[in-house]
Amino acid sequence: MHPKILLADVAHARAGDKGNTLNVAVFVFEPAHYAWLERTLTEAIVAERFAHRRPHKVTRHCLPGLHGINFVIDGALEGGVNQSATLDRHGKSLSYLLLGLRLPSPAA
Amino acid sequence: MLDSPFPSPSTAAGRAYIGCGAGFAGDRPRAAVALVEALAACDGPRYLFFELLAERTLAEAQLRRLSDPERGYASQLFAFLEPVVARCLALGIPIITNGGAANPTAAARRLRDQLSALGLTARIACVLGDDLVGEAADADWLPADCPSDEIVSCNVYIGAEAVAQALAEGADIVIGGRLADPSMVVGALRHAHGWAGDDWAKLAVATAAGHLLECGTQVSGGYFADPAHKPVVDPAHLGCPIAEVGSDGSLVITKVPGSGGGVSERTVKEQLLYEVHDPAAYLTPDVTLDLSGVHLERLGPDRIAVHGITGHPAPATLKGNLGLRGLWFGEAGISYAGPGAVARVRLALEILRQRLAEETPALHPHFDVIGVASLFNDGDGTWLDQALAAAPEVADVRLRVGIVDRDREAIERALQEVEALYLNGPAGGGGVRRQLGESLRTQAFFIPRTRVIPYLTWH
Repeated sequence: MHPKILLADVAHARAGDKGNTLNVAVFVFEPAHYAWLERTLTEAIVAERFAHRRPHKVTRHCLPGLHGINFVIDGALEGGVNQSATLDRHGKSLSYLLLGLRLPSPAA
Repeated sequence: MLDSPFPSPSTAAGRAYIGCGAGFAGDRPRAAVALVEALAACDGPRYLFFELLAERTLAEAQLRRLSDPERGYASQLFAFLEPVVARCLALGIPIITNGGAANPTAAARRLRDQLSALGLTARIACVLGDDLVGEAADADWLPADCPSDEIVSCNVYIGAEAVAQALAEGADIVIGGRLADPSMVVGALRHAHGWAGDDWAKLAVATAAGHLLECGTQVSGGYFADPAHKPVVDPAHLGCPIAEVGSDGSLVITKVPGSGGGVSERTVKEQLLYEVHDPAAYLTPDVTLDLSGVHLERLGPDRIAVHGITGHPAPATLKGNLGLRGLWFGEAGISYAGPGAVARVRLALEILRQRLAEETPALHPHFDVIGVASLFNDGDGTWLDQALAAAPEVADVRLRVGIVDRDREAIERALQEVEALYLNGPAGGGGVRRQLGESLRTQAFFIPRTRVIPYLTWH
C-alpha cells in the first residue's frame, strides 16, 4: 500500500473556460516531481474526477519545460458561462476539484 | 544580469514597454494611475492598453446601443480612461482599448468632447469592421443551427494590422470593438519594432506577451494567492503587469515597482496556459502561437524572462461570436444556521425538489448547498447528494437553486417556491433573495479572413 498525498500539497493549478470547455493547467512545485506528475496524473484519472460533470472528452498536453500538464475537459461546464445554472458559471473554482485528488506519493 | 534595477536605461536599448491597465470590465478603475508613472520612467516606446470585453459583454453592449445610439461602448470605459488620459497625452504614451465594444465611434466622440472641455486635443482612431450584425442573418457563413431571429450581436475577432496602422498614423488613442485581446499588444509591438505581418516568430512573441498581460494582474499575483502554498505580498494593492519586449524578440514580464503582488515563475506559468487548449496551436488572428517549447528564467525580483516561444502562419479563418437572445437565468436561496442546520437544509432541498417537480416539471433546476457543496455540483445533483450524505454538522448553510430556460414565467414560479419556504419550509429559514434576468448566450463561428475588412475612422 503506497502512502497517498493530496495533489494540492505538491502542485498548483489554474482553471480557464471557453464556451463549455474547461482547461486546468497543473504545475508541480518541485521540478523533480514532474516525471511523477506525468506518470500519475493520467487522462483517465482526470476523467474520473470530473465524471459527474459528464465531459465528452479529456485531453492532456504535457509541458516538460514548464513542469506542468494542461488538461482540456470538453463539456464539463454545464453549458458554459452563458448557459449554465451553476453558481460558478465560469468554472473558476474547478482547479481545486483537481487539486483535491489523493494520489500515490512521489516519494513512494 | 541579476537584480538589474527597474527600469534600467543602460540596458533598455531596443526595448518597448507595454502595460495592461485592466484585464476585464470589472477591474479596478484606478490601478492604471501607478502603471502610467512606471511607464513614464521607461526609456523606449511605451504603450498602455485596457482589455474590457468578454464573450457575453459585447452582446450586452449591443443591446445598450439598440436602446441609445450614443451608448454601447463598455459601460466602465471612461472610469478607466479618465484618471490617466491627460497624463498619457502629455507623456506621449498611446492608449489602446477594445472597450469601444458595440459602439467605438460613440466612445470616441464622447472622449473627444471630454478632452476638448479640458482644453486638450488628441488623435483618436477607431478600429471598425468587426461588427457583422447587419449581414449575419442571411450570411452563408452563419452556422446552420443558429436561430437567425435571436441574433443581437455578431463580431469577428480581428487582429493587429489596423492597430499598428493607427499608431503609425499618429493615433494617441485607439478604440476598437472586438479586437482580439493579444492583438492590442501585437499592434503596439509591430509599431514599436516595425515587425512585418508575416514575421511569425516575432508575432508569436508579441502574442505571448499580449496573452500574458491581457488579464491584467492575473500574471502579477491575482487569481493566484493560496495562503498555504502560494502567499502574495500586499494583495490589496496588486501592481499592473508590464511586458518588456526587445526588437530581437526577447520577452520579460514584470510589474509596477513598489506595488503589491508579484511576478514569479509560478504566476507566469499559470497565466501562460490560462484559457489555452492545445499549447502548440493557440489560434489568434495574427499568428498560430506555439507554447510547447516555452521555459522561464528568473532574472531578478518580479522579473521573468520567457524563452522558446515559436509561431506558425495565422489561420485562414477568423473566429466570430454571435450573441443570442431567448434564455433567462433565475436564482434564489434561503439559509439555515445553528443546531441541526444541515438536517434542515436537507429537508428544504427535499421539499423544493418535490415542489418544482410538481409545479414546473419542464425546468431543469440546479441545486447547491453553500457550506456543504456549491461549486463542484452537476445538474443531476449527484455530487451534492453524496456530499450531503457525508456532511458533518455545519453551523451555517444556504440552499441555492439556479435555473436557465426559455420560459421566463416558469422560472418566476419556481423562484416563488423558494420564497414560499419562509412559511412552508423547515424551522428558522431566513434570508431569501431571488433574481431573474435575461441570459444572453453566445455561439462561435468561423469566417474566411478575406470576408472581414477592418478599417480606421478618425475623431
